[in-house]
Amino acid sequence: MAEENSGWFNRSEKGIITETKDKKEVKEGLWYKCPECKKIVPTADHENNLNVCQCGYHERIPSVKYFEILFDNHQYKEIDTHLTSADPLNFKDTKKYSERLTAVMKKTKLKDALTTAVGKIGNYETVVASMNFEFIGGSMGAVVGEKIARAVDYAIKQRCPLIIISKSGGARMMEAAFSLMQMAKTSAKLMQLSQAKLPYISLLLDPTTGGTTASFAMLGDVNISEPGALIGFAGPRVVRETIGRDLPDGFQTAEFVLEHGFLDYIVERKNLKETISQQIRMFME
Amino acid sequence: MILLDFEEPIGVLQDQLHKALEIGEKTGVDMSAATSELEKKVTDKRLEIYSNLTAWQRVQVSRHPDRPYTLEYIETMTDGDFIELHGDRGVKDDKAMIGGFGTLDGQTVMFIGQQKGINTKLRQYRNFGMANPEGYRKALRLMKLAEKFNKPIVTLIDTPGAFPGIEAEERGQAEAIARNIYEMFGLKVPVICVIIGEGASGGAIGIGVGDRVLMLENTWYSVISPESCSSILWRSWEQKQVAAEALKLTAKDMFDNKLIDGIVPEPLGGAHVDKPEMFKILKKEILSHLDILKKISPEERIKTRMEKYINMGVFIDNE
Ligand SMILES: [Zn+2]
Repeated sequence: MAEENSGWFNRSEKGIITETKDKKEVKEGLWYKCPECKKIVPTADHENNLNVCQCGYHERIPSVKYFEILFDNHQYKEIDTHLTSADPLNFKDTKKYSERLTAVMKKTKLKDALTTAVGKIGNYETVVASMNFEFIGGSMGAVVGEKIARAVDYAIKQRCPLIIISKSGGARMMEAAFSLMQMAKTSAKLMQLSQAKLPYISLLLDPTTGGTTASFAMLGDVNISEPGALIGFAGPRVVRETIGRDLPDGFQTAEFVLEHGFLDYIVERKNLKETISQQIRMFME
Repeated sequence: MILLDFEEPIGVLQDQLHKALEIGEKTGVDMSAATSELEKKVTDKRLEIYSNLTAWQRVQVSRHPDRPYTLEYIETMTDGDFIELHGDRGVKDDKAMIGGFGTLDGQTVMFIGQQKGINTKLRQYRNFGMANPEGYRKALRLMKLAEKFNKPIVTLIDTPGAFPGIEAEERGQAEAIARNIYEMFGLKVPVICVIIGEGASGGAIGIGVGDRVLMLENTWYSVISPESCSSILWRSWEQKQVAAEALKLTAKDMFDNKLIDGIVPEPLGGAHVDKPEMFKILKKEILSHLDILKKISPEERIKTRMEKYINMGVFIDNE
């Protein structure tokens, strides 16, 4: 599990297996510069504010931070930790896929582009499958598909809700059609979840595009997002090249997607736990 | 007939054949021995070339401008007994996605597919076979209509991708494709999907979840086109041949990887060389699958359909 350089709240209790060490001292002279408003603040302050700038810019944060935000008392257990990508096509572009995988695993300390955790949210047992954008752009290969499938199985077995947190550039090209078929695989599993009458909350974060948006991310019983997140089918560069002119302001932001009717609501990170707890309660009560 | 670059040797022989025929006509000299010899050579050459096509060459054949498109398949396979249905009942009628009821050997079938244009003007009109969200929603409406009246569904897939435009994003291209994939798992009627040309990514699978997914021999199906793959992974448009090989996108590769259920043979030289034969082959193929699928209960079909996709994907479980 990725160990972040700092937490932003006091961890009174240790996570079940989160291996969370004591809050590290923030080094002197560590500053965060907001890419949106360019304001510079001490990193410690920024992190205490859940990596959200005063201007409202929500910085990308890794899955483990969402687990800590969402789960009661920051307690959760990671499941399905042993799945890693195979290389069924022996794929090689400028680099071998197998080597790419080894390198990215070493760099990110992650096994693949999705981490699943279970714990309680607002006292309801919940399974959360969260994509790791830092792992090959959060791309969906067979491991992502299988871990979502197993998360659904867990939800059905425990009769609990499922949350999928998407942060993904889409399909993993190095798994080619195997990757494409994960769109179908995950959708089939969500249909099983639906038949079991269990809720699925889809949290689409910055960025969610391509085959991820065009499958499980858009299939939530509720689809929600954070302010300013990029959400789309085609990436903005592709759309710009297709139409041959600049894109309108705010195109493909969460606000744009909400306005066009594909999100239920946008929630600020500081309200995420409360809102999701409330949502789960309304489904499960 | 337009020849692809790698078909040049066939063209040379065809030219010789035409000349021989011309001479025969003009001079009255009996050229039958020479012409039948040349005809055999053309066939042999075609066989030689088509037995060893590279992945990229198959992509080229799949995009051959003379290749038959969806409506021509439907019109011919139904002997013209086809009524096209229009519109998604929400936004508009998407010309890149067509569908309607047709009669296949006495039974009503819902046909749905992307439609490419046959000339410059029609290619624009059909948006090059790139559907917008309303196209996917029209497809879903027609699938539900088929389900209501207990008619099997046949989708014919031929698209370079779902359209990546501003309005497509505004109207939820991703949601439309996701919804179709999801809903197709629940369809109580038999669903057969056939890649008849290009099967590009989400645009293809958006009408591509079925009890049987078949690919014509010279088609491709993958997560991305070889050109786009080259541009993203190699950062150059020049590696499309290499990308085509790496993606394992041919019918044979897809079948070997158990990602499709069957390969439909094409006439020698591709579907466009002998269209009537191609239509005959596909019609027979569809009917034989329908015969099998009709005997299975809807519950069993849906269960098998779901399990098939749930089992797709190779990974390592170190537990
Ligand atoms: Zn800011």
